[in-house]
Amino acid sequence: MPNAHLRVWRGAEDGEYKEYDVEYEEGMVVLDVVHRLQATQTPDLAVRWNCKAGKCGSCSAEVNGIPKLQCMLRMELYPEGETISIAPLKTFPLIRDLVADVAWNYEKAKTIPAVKLQPREADGTHRMAQIDVDRGQEFRKCIECFICQDVCHVIRDHPENMDAFAGPRFFVRLAEISMHPLDTNTKESTVQHGFGLEYCNITKCCTDVCPEGIHITDNAIIPLKERSVDVHYDPLRALGRKLFGKT
Amino acid sequence: MPDFETHEYDVLVIGAGGAGLRAAVESSSRGLKTGLVCKSLLGKAHTVMAEGGMAAAMGNVWSEDNWQVHFRDTMRGGKMLNNWRMAQIHAQESPDRVAELEEWGALFDRTPDGKISQRDFGGHRYARLAHVGDRTGLEMIRTLQQHAIHQGIDVYQECTINRLFKDDEGRISGAVGYWRESGKAILFRAKAIILATGGLCKIWSITSNSWEGTGDGHALALHAGADMIDMECVQFHPTGMVWPPSVRGILVTEGVRGDGGTLRNSDGDRFMFNYIPKMFAAETADTEEEADRWYDDKTVRRTPDLLPRDEVARAINAEVKAGRGSPHGGVFLDIATRRDSDYIQRRLPSMYHQFMQLAGVDITSESMEVGPTAHYAMGGVRVEPETAASTVPGLFAAGEVAGGMHGSNRLGGNSLSDLVVFGRRAGIGAADYAEGIDAMPDIDDVAVNERITLMQSPFAGTGKENPYTLHRELQDTMQLNVGIIRTESEMNTALEDIASLRERAANVAVEGNVQYNPGWHLALDLEHMLHVAEAITKGALERKESRGGHTRDDFPGPTEAFGKVNVVGRMTEDGVQVQQEPLSQMPAELAKLFEEA
Repeated sequence: MPNAHLRVWRGAEDGEYKEYDVEYEEGMVVLDVVHRLQATQTPDLAVRWNCKAGKCGSCSAEVNGIPKLQCMLRMELYPEGETISIAPLKTFPLIRDLVADVAWNYEKAKTIPAVKLQPREADGTHRMAQIDVDRGQEFRKCIECFICQDVCHVIRDHPENMDAFAGPRFFVRLAEISMHPLDTNTKESTVQHGFGLEYCNITKCCTDVCPEGIHITDNAIIPLKERSVDVHYDPLRALGRKLFGKT
Repeated sequence: MPDFETHEYDVLVIGAGGAGLRAAVESSSRGLKTGLVCKSLLGKAHTVMAEGGMAAAMGNVWSEDNWQVHFRDTMRGGKMLNNWRMAQIHAQESPDRVAELEEWGALFDRTPDGKISQRDFGGHRYARLAHVGDRTGLEMIRTLQQHAIHQGIDVYQECTINRLFKDDEGRISGAVGYWRESGKAILFRAKAIILATGGLCKIWSITSNSWEGTGDGHALALHAGADMIDMECVQFHPTGMVWPPSVRGILVTEGVRGDGGTLRNSDGDRFMFNYIPKMFAAETADTEEEADRWYDDKTVRRTPDLLPRDEVARAINAEVKAGRGSPHGGVFLDIATRRDSDYIQRRLPSMYHQFMQLAGVDITSESMEVGPTAHYAMGGVRVEPETAASTVPGLFAAGEVAGGMHGSNRLGGNSLSDLVVFGRRAGIGAADYAEGIDAMPDIDDVAVNERITLMQSPFAGTGKENPYTLHRELQDTMQLNVGIIRTESEMNTALEDIASLRERAANVAVEGNVQYNPGWHLALDLEHMLHVAEAITKGALERKESRGGHTRDDFPGPTEAFGKVNVVGRMTEDGVQVQQEPLSQMPAELAKLFEEA
């Protein structure tokens, strides 16, 4: 059996990387090796996981510096003998080992409005064409692994922005609501409501790391920015604001 | 005295998958103070892994479909062991629950005329599953989650419940658990508690379940004195991945077969034609030519690839045993010869992704290798169909932890609909019950303190047993001795193994401290798993017949006598005891639905 040389973050903020050797078999993913390490050498090693098939978004970690789902990373990707470094998501506070405190994301989720659909047809159905739900369905593939949030410079390098900024995951959610064929939320409540969209400078880092392949920047953020501009800088509304003092 | 925090709720929901979320939404909508506790982060429960769809007789694709047909399919799929009233409520109410999810933001795939599309699945007479590609569970849990966070429900994430408590009158009064993050103990006092804890298949080594499927709710209910029914009925899903070893057991959706996939053995034969049981012979194609026509022409009989899951799982098992398996011990599942690459990637995107990334197999041009995997518990807490009330006053159960709805075998797609139909019913039942109680029931402080001390005891102990090793040994004995095909002698071996594992579990050693310590969490889950394994094995010994997900080598075939009884399990001082009790019989007007066929 080949041998993996791992460098794993252990402990809380004041912890350190520790090195381990773990045997592995053909077809294993990084999460399997972490589990084997846990079962044989470090029973208290903290790691989140659920589905082991890329569907739940629990096992996000920074592997060799890049945020990934540990369950979808096959060991064959790494040459034998090369050290594999595994660290928790670094944008969020650390709980212990590979587990970060992602509570900030759940607080942001509460600020996003719920959908409000227009009334049903006379026959009791909502009618939507597949082509019109395709856009929303791309966004709803999101598994909330928070890897896009982790990699975003706006908060990774400037934690002081976390109050004002919802992050790519929730821009995807806002885009989904604003593009829902039957939703009646106003643009003001979805694209313009202080979610910090203007902080994003479209570097596409989030798109690059999305394990679901969602085109976060092109399909969600840029259209939202356009809609925001449309609402905010509409010349007639600007004139109205001037004349009647409305904001 | 151990230190702990205390919270009070009218209704406490344990588990935040589809059933728990829906129950909490209902209870909260009644103005009752509602708490929701989950072992993982919100939105990560096992519901998220459901793939194929949610069964509901909406008649969007086949106008001939209605609740009576769905009811009949469900009962026949469960080999008539189902609680008929639950199956009826489920068939009648699931279309409304689909519509409700749509109202809350779910974006289901559409028909050409803009309605919710429905797909074919095993055992369902008509295309009936509302779906979103092959990630319907994600759509359901996200929709419920996004709705629930605006309903004033208090959510306790990464918090595990370890024991329930009752007052002097035998009514439910609270629950004790711990925060996974800090390891600190937490007490909930509640008028009513809803168990929505999901499944238990983590007691087998080949399983589709995540770490959470440790049967917590089943064990909590047993300890609280609730009746459990038909615990022996466990679904081995016919198509789990078999290679590479690290992904063995991960689910391959039945949607692959619903959308045109066929099973073949190593000789290239479509072996399912050799395994058509009498019960389904009249409606199942017996030639490849007829089966192939069925995909586009529903006037002919359906392909045997879509027989109910128990039939397909046994057939695959038999083919592998006969030496006609695939190189890694499964059979071949092929959709590439019937469907083009675009179709497959549109209908089954996550299957494409899963096989490409984890197995290096391109399912648009190659066959998958698949085999049975422990997937779902049909048995569980005995509940009142209308209210989801258990036999313990104040304790309710919905979703996989509840028994009865699916009989001895669940049809694909009936789980997601079960979650929301009976999640809502449990929310109503618990709310009605809680409203009828004036003061918070008393909690036994001494028992609470004892339990908290016991939970923390693995740190103080001098034992040497590794919880991971004990878990592996439990999985191995269940896989070997209480698997898809069972016999008395092997199951007795399993009972001996379980007893010896329980003794060893008392000497479990936990390293490190209480903060986010998976070794400690597993040590606590182990106790639950051992009780659940015992209940299943004893039930399986008691049911001396083969029916649905329960197959006995020493008692092949169903018997009339066992078709009329539930095997009821109860916790006693000598462990779980089982006995047969009569099954509720359906009224004549429903029984007629089965005569016509």
